[in-house]
Amino acid sequence: MQLLLESLFNGVAIGSVLLVAALGLAIVFGLMGVINLAHGELMMLGAYSTYITQLIFKQVSFLKPFYDSYVIVAIGIAFLVSGTVGILLERTVIRRLYGSPLETLLATWGVSLILQQFVRSVPLAYASGLVITLFFGLFSPLFISDDLLSGAKGKIIRATTWGFSALLGVATGGILSSLVSKLSRASARNVDVTAPSWMRGGIDFLGITFPKTRLLIILITLISVLVVIFFLDKTAWGIRIRAVTQNRPMSDCLGISTETVDIITFGIGSGLAGVAGVAVSLLGSVGPNVGGNYIVGCFMVVVLGGVGNLLGTILASFSIGIMTDLIGAGRLLTIWPEMPSPLYSTIDFFATTSMARVMIFALIVIFLQFRPTGMFPQKGRMVES
Amino acid sequence: MSIFSTKKSWINLTIWVLIIALIIAAPSVLPVFRLNLLGRYLSLAIVALGVDLIWGFTGMLSLGQGIFFALGGYCAAMFLQLNSSGGFPNGIPEFFGLYGVENLPFFWEPFKSSIFTLISIWFLPAIIAGLLGYLVFRNRIKGVYFSILTQAALLVFFNFFNGQQKLINGTNGLKTDVTQLFGQMVGSEIMQRWFFWISAILVILAWFFARWIVRDRFGNILIGIRDDEARVRFTGYNPVIFKTIIFSIAGGLAGISGALYTVQSGIVSPQFMTVPFSIEMVIWVAVGGRGTLLGAILGAVLINYAKSLVSEALPASWMFIQGGLFILVVTALPEGVLGWIRKGGPKKLLFLIGINKKLETYPSLEVNEQGEVKS
Repeated sequence: MQLLLESLFNGVAIGSVLLVAALGLAIVFGLMGVINLAHGELMMLGAYSTYITQLIFKQVSFLKPFYDSYVIVAIGIAFLVSGTVGILLERTVIRRLYGSPLETLLATWGVSLILQQFVRSVPLAYASGLVITLFFGLFSPLFISDDLLSGAKGKIIRATTWGFSALLGVATGGILSSLVSKLSRASARNVDVTAPSWMRGGIDFLGITFPKTRLLIILITLISVLVVIFFLDKTAWGIRIRAVTQNRPMSDCLGISTETVDIITFGIGSGLAGVAGVAVSLLGSVGPNVGGNYIVGCFMVVVLGGVGNLLGTILASFSIGIMTDLIGAGRLLTIWPEMPSPLYSTIDFFATTSMARVMIFALIVIFLQFRPTGMFPQKGRMVES
Repeated sequence: MSIFSTKKSWINLTIWVLIIALIIAAPSVLPVFRLNLLGRYLSLAIVALGVDLIWGFTGMLSLGQGIFFALGGYCAAMFLQLNSSGGFPNGIPEFFGLYGVENLPFFWEPFKSSIFTLISIWFLPAIIAGLLGYLVFRNRIKGVYFSILTQAALLVFFNFFNGQQKLINGTNGLKTDVTQLFGQMVGSEIMQRWFFWISAILVILAWFFARWIVRDRFGNILIGIRDDEARVRFTGYNPVIFKTIIFSIAGGLAGISGALYTVQSGIVSPQFMTVPFSIEMVIWVAVGGRGTLLGAILGAVLINYAKSLVSEALPASWMFIQGGLFILVVTALPEGVLGWIRKGGPKKLLFLIGINKKLETYPSLEVNEQGEVKS
């Protein structure tokens, strides 16, 4: 019983990291059909945002008393940072490539290389300055009335907002690099996010210790999933997004701005990658390659669950998580030690983390032989998608 | 029709003359280090040809060619290790001693034979590619799903090879440069020169082979699958067979390429099966020009050469350049450099910067100065 509970918890913990990482991908891939290989790097940006937030809370005197709550602030910041970069990506690259997913795949891989090298060779302080410039540059026109933005006058106003944003960005970069010396130099080394004191240790329950970081990640995942479901089901923009997903030309005819829908969808998907980055940063050290470890797993979750289906994504990630724990930790061997020896040695052979991955990917490929479109295929009458 | 009658053929001929001149001149001009690099890049051109066959002609973007590349490399490395391990305890390669393995794992046995090795270098990857391909194509998994699955398969193989110290030396890989072949060290200068020649000849042979495949009806069906698979099926062809065959051919080419690369770089390791390397193969083809076999060769050699030059001078900037190249090629040059040249790109560019005059277009010949249509 205890063993079962522990195994279940571990599985759910692994699965929830996968889920929060795959959630944004499921939205972008499932709703827009865009393969975003830079998703892992958007996660990486989220993880770095956590690190920067933590350092700021540590160094700035008036924020110091609130140090323990930096993780919660970091979630918001990571969402905005990754969302902003994602929107920039959509505006500059992906919008040219709608309808040709293979090309998108290659282009976003290029973006991911650039982002990886960017955090290696640009000091984090100035990198955050750049993100702030982008943030205000991209979003400030939303708060200026349309009349002002039209015509020749509009161009000047737009240029001015970008100018101010750039100033703001440079100022942020300067202030950050003088405040926090760690951020003022570029470094390719991995950094560590230290969990605040209330997150260390674990909770004892039924004789098992549940690590608090894992519990927090499960909580973050749960909230993200609920918010996404609420957003897609209940809000006006969520309904528009679903409408565009189902029938783009018809939605366009009915007056939905599909371009805005694309921006919002991609922004939210990327923002969720940032939230996943916070979760990932709590689990281990943060480096430029941190996202790459998750990206293939995320795609497997989305494909296994069935594209464009959140329930499938949830089920797929938890089943992969539980399977990983079952196989990787050799649980079956402990539960049933007297199994026949060929079976025992086979299971023992796969009882490491990397071999469990081999096994699970193989199982997924076998599963897709029987259900090529995943657990919950999209219903429709399309001959070819 | 003579093959030199069209403009396309003239471009091809020029490039071929350049390539062959380069290959002949290289051994006497370049220092051994550079020659070895060029040899490696020529062997990479073979895998690029395979990628071009499946992606450029058949429209299947495989992100898992590294599997077959590394398998070919491992076949060659296993033979070389066995060939020169007579002096070690138990007569098995040295690294086994580190893990306390005393008996040769069973799958190593056949690699004692050189003929078996020479066949398995291309046959084993081809068979595995065919099997994997058949399972995937049978279910009509295609497009991005195919790409994701190949990438997952790549990770499966990577994790497997990376984790198995006792079978194939795990993450350390198998070294070949200190092994013996024909009484010579594989890493020695004279052997490396030979490998350069073999790579050069095999690239040309592979080009002829690929060209032979895509020229006739078989090639037309491949292009048909790329452009509209459903229609090919409705016409009575079974795309699964064609896709499996071409995927398997690409796998075999990747195996040959991997073996040549291994003997020239001196080691084969699971690093050949990392995700970035397999995606790089695609970008060589994309830059050179997908659907043009020559473009694949040019792309592989030139990009890799540029990579080594840039990485030596400015190590950090190569990632930016490579990333930018991906984005640029996809958004601005979807046909690749060669496709762009063939479609008259340079002329358009000259016109844009104002060097070339715009050609008189047809309607303007019909209109006189007063704007009246000539009768």
